[in-house]
Amino acid sequence: MDKFIRLTATACPLDVANLNTDQLLPARFLKVPRSAGLGTALLRDLRFDADGRERPDFPLNRPAWRDARIIVGARNFGCGSSREAAVYALCDYGIRCVIAPSFGEIFAGNAVQNGLLTAVVSDDEAATLMGLLGDKPDRALTVDLEQQTITCDDRSFRFVIDPVLRTRLLNGWDNIALTGSYIGKIAAFRMADRARRPWAAPAKPE
Amino acid sequence: MSEPLTLFDKLWAAHEIVRRDDGEALLWVDRHYVHEGSFNAFSQLKARGARVAEPGLTFAVADHYVPTRGSRRVIDNPEIARMVRTLEENTAEHGIKLFGLDDPRQGIVHVVGPEQGLSLPGLLLVCGDSHTSTHGALGAFAFGIGASEVAHVLMTHTLWQRKPKCMRITVNGHLAAGIAAKDIVLAIIGSIGADGATGHAIEFTGPAIRALSMEGRLTLCNMSIEAGARSGMVAPDETTSEYVKGRPYSPKGTAFEQAVEAWSALTTDDGAKFDREVELDAAAIAPIVTWGTSPQDALPIDASVPDPADEPDTARAKYLREALDYMGLMPGTRLTNITIDRIFIGSCTNARIEDLRAAAAVLAGRVSKVPGLVSPGSSAVKRQAEEEGLDRTFRDAGLEWGESGCSMCVGINGDVVAPGERCASTTNRNFRGRQGPGARTHLMSPAMVAAAAVTGKLTDVRPLLSGRKV
Repeated sequence: MDKFIRLTATACPLDVANLNTDQLLPARFLKVPRSAGLGTALLRDLRFDADGRERPDFPLNRPAWRDARIIVGARNFGCGSSREAAVYALCDYGIRCVIAPSFGEIFAGNAVQNGLLTAVVSDDEAATLMGLLGDKPDRALTVDLEQQTITCDDRSFRFVIDPVLRTRLLNGWDNIALTGSYIGKIAAFRMADRARRPWAAPAKPE
Repeated sequence: MSEPLTLFDKLWAAHEIVRRDDGEALLWVDRHYVHEGSFNAFSQLKARGARVAEPGLTFAVADHYVPTRGSRRVIDNPEIARMVRTLEENTAEHGIKLFGLDDPRQGIVHVVGPEQGLSLPGLLLVCGDSHTSTHGALGAFAFGIGASEVAHVLMTHTLWQRKPKCMRITVNGHLAAGIAAKDIVLAIIGSIGADGATGHAIEFTGPAIRALSMEGRLTLCNMSIEAGARSGMVAPDETTSEYVKGRPYSPKGTAFEQAVEAWSALTTDDGAKFDREVELDAAAIAPIVTWGTSPQDALPIDASVPDPADEPDTARAKYLREALDYMGLMPGTRLTNITIDRIFIGSCTNARIEDLRAAAAVLAGRVSKVPGLVSPGSSAVKRQAEEEGLDRTFRDAGLEWGESGCSMCVGINGDVVAPGERCASTTNRNFRGRQGPGARTHLMSPAMVAAAAVTGKLTDVRPLLSGRKV
């Protein structure tokens, strides 16, 4: 997994509350293998009309924000379906950080697995950031995970992130390697649990 | 005297292998369900050259991508056929039991798990699907996970999690006739919002919840995720053990007696503290429908869609305008004046036998004014419905009687609502494009969908039930 320490890039505001993973990646793209890349499918039905033409008024289609690597979103970003491919689509498009007042929990968990930072700010701070970007679209934001700050010109905002997710992102740690060091504890738990809850294993169907 | 604990505290503690100083805990997984959509996780396994740690605790079902209309012996769409084949290959390679298309136990994973006795009280259960919260209805800790977590569970049968907060939702009193579990959960989401329970596990309790059948509880817990909660649960009781008893994979004989004894301790102790409490009065709940593009846009059927001009909060007014525009609705329209183009009865939310009976009770002797599809929650539900003659009722009403799968709820298998069409649906998400690009979805109970079919518009089902046995 890629580390995330600090990023300076243009940021695209997406002022849509409850922007769910069905919007981030519509279901019809769930047959596409990861290796094929999902960047073009990101926000497909919001970025393009039914005939496949770009909607020029959608923020990510505006020239200043086409190459954004940061998204500033609204409440409950990434709610809904557990599809991790919604995170793949963001990553494949080039997004490395989403800033929002709150996130769908499964989405936030999937994001960290792929090195995508989910930075939580207040509703007011998200609105302020969107306003700043609206005034001057090509303005870059700096997101510093060590300091937990977002800087926009001379303004600075603190963001919140679960300390465990922060550590994992800073180090690019992989959970599976980590769990490997607990293998003895897992085996001991399994054996004790079998005795304690014999009914928990599936019975043989008659 | 030990500190009083919640049901959730007890379930969590029983599965904690180790807790690190930073608060993350490694949890033991009792059941892991996989489906065609789990292919990304199997790819991760392959890339690491890893094996499945506990194939005997892992069960697979073909549901997300499978056809639900016409023949399933030959799948016309090559992409869908490849997805189903990949699941067959992955499960065969790792020795995982698969309820595939040719298996009489096939169905939607969240219907099949409880039906087969695989989902039990006291278990920790995961699946790469957000509606895994469903299984909490049995008194289990069940939650949806992403592909990387699925891969982690496949390889270790454990998962790292931070313990969420706990919210208690108490539903007092008794439901009026014609009101279902779907109405309760839509009323809750309408009240607390689509992120109202984010960061929490929900325990549903109170007389109205106790009075629900297991099917009703499954519907309720299923939609916990639509309020932002990864898991929802109901403490096991006699309804639960009666439901579990005698199912193919559930404990037998003395093992069952021991299990019931253990399950009886799975209740919230008097005086246990919750991080948040919400109370509702069941008697005040009317049939609910959604009008917008989030399940929180839920209103009683006698209401009107909101008018953004009356909304003082500018952000909220913007949201209302965009939702109304997508849904093709004029501000202030009475819900009962909204005409529909089709109906769908199906999904892990509302396609169990009780749901089909409730819809059939309304449709019996009546004709649907719009086309529609009825997709039973499992192949077993389908057989039972046919034994009871419910399929005839649906067919006689002019509806299509289909096969079991996720179908038109998620629209992956090609069963979609056409752009601009309006669908009355028993499903769980009215997101933009959820049932197909440009599709407009109104969520409601099976009886309310049947009522909409009969009149061709959103309708209060209660008058249609007069003089009928329900």
